Amino acid sequence: MLILNCPYCGVDAEETELAAGGEAHLKRFGPGSSDDEFHDYLFMRENPKGVHFERWRHSNGCGKWFHAARCTQTLEVFGTYSAQTTEPPKEIKDAITAKRPGWTWREYE
Amino acid sequence: MKHYSAFAVAREALRYHTGWERAWRSPEPKKKYDVIIVGAGGHGLATAYYLGKNYGIQNVAVIEKGWLGGGNTGRNTTIIRSNYLQDPSAAIYEKARSLYEDLSQDLNYNIMFSPRGVMMLAQTQHEIRGYQRTAHANALQGVQTEWITPERVKELVPIINIDGPRYPVLGALWQERGGTARHDAVAWGYARACSAMGMDIIQQCEVTGVRSQDGRVVGVDTTKGSIDCDKLGVVVAGHSGQLAEMAGFRLPLEAIALQALVSEPIKPCMDVVVMANTVHGYMSQSDKGEMVIGGGTDGFNNYTQRGSFHHIEETVRALVETFPMISRLKMLRQWGGIVDMTGDRSPIISKTPLQGCFINGGWGTGGFKAIPGSGWGMAQLMATGHSPLTEAFSLDRFKEGRFIDESVAAGVAH
Repeated sequence: MLILNCPYCGVDAEETELAAGGEAHLKRFGPGSSDDEFHDYLFMRENPKGVHFERWRHSNGCGKWFHAARCTQTLEVFGTYSAQTTEPPKEIKDAITAKRPGWTWREYE
Repeated sequence: MKHYSAFAVAREALRYHTGWERAWRSPEPKKKYDVIIVGAGGHGLATAYYLGKNYGIQNVAVIEKGWLGGGNTGRNTTIIRSNYLQDPSAAIYEKARSLYEDLSQDLNYNIMFSPRGVMMLAQTQHEIRGYQRTAHANALQGVQTEWITPERVKELVPIINIDGPRYPVLGALWQERGGTARHDAVAWGYARACSAMGMDIIQQCEVTGVRSQDGRVVGVDTTKGSIDCDKLGVVVAGHSGQLAEMAGFRLPLEAIALQALVSEPIKPCMDVVVMANTVHGYMSQSDKGEMVIGGGTDGFNNYTQRGSFHHIEETVRALVETFPMISRLKMLRQWGGIVDMTGDRSPIISKTPLQGCFINGGWGTGGFKAIPGSGWGMAQLMATGHSPLTEAFSLDRFKEGRFIDESVAAGVAH
């Protein structure tokens, strides 16, 4: 069972306490953007087998949104971090590098 | 290939069953094939079979990372139905269902197709409206389904509790011609028929790269060396994203675990398939007597072929209220498979940005029922460049807004 630590209330929340919110750090494209940009924003998810960044909500707890870095192959959790950021913080990236040297995800590595 | 028949059984009985041969060959890969299919699941093997049967393309290899039929083909709950809402879905699923009817004769391999009827319970007012709408749509599409009352549901499934307090049965969408088939046998039957046509089924051979030249596919790199091809069909379900990455394009898919479980075997008690989409559970009884139960998908991307435990709890809890007699059944096995989900919950059968490379994937939680139709359409697309059956399922439908929206129409469970 997946257990994530909520960075807001500090609780180790298990899956039934959480709601998955899909891929993290999406750049939104709306009116004025090209068809390709809008298409990619709507449908093209990273879908990696390995390191992944996601949005989660502590829905049956404090109710706050947060981010998680996770491995989709092993369900290993590399860390959780605040929702008030547009990219993964350095300590999370370092924690992933320690366990998965050479990882990449979108433009991050 | 020796023909299977009652006579063959009698002949072999007289000589201590020494004359049976292997159902398919396990050859080493050749240098080059006309067509390579990646993925020896039902859809991949069916594609190869209809390429050979309908279009005479028999210089074909089917490459499989594990063993054939070991992915979602061997992990699903074997339900066959075609009661979809949208026209393109109804067309391809009904094609598949009708091919299943005489597939055993066609393949000379008993796939144990059992048209026992599929019932989709309506347990909310919303579902009543939805399924009545589907029944009307099916009537226009020429798919035989009907809306039935709770009393008729009880008549068909005596073990059901139709007036439970929490999940009352308010009616059902009934497809009498739907049913189940032996999932492994579907893969084995196609594999045997492909092998008999001279196609090579190469198991334990992982594709590690896709080679291209001037925007055209020329071959694949595998753990058994590199193999050349003119056309490449990618039919790998949960790992479609990985293969697409090797081929240099992306797919609008997300991989999620879907799970199922079976109970200990009991005496025959339910001779139809019952699906309850409100509570994310569906159940049928296998020929061995096990109750085969399908559950929900995980809420997040993963490749674990395991599934979260609480989904089983939710599924079983709801089913126990609907079928009180199963409350004391022990569950024997639980397993998961990786399904590739598209945004509109309809598959992708399409040309790709890489010339000569075709994709058949995104079947999500409902691929087994479509195997013959999917193979039929994919083979037509690969052989001739166009298939009316698969036209609507092309990759560019997302950009053009031509969704085949079954996520709302068909409920969640497939």
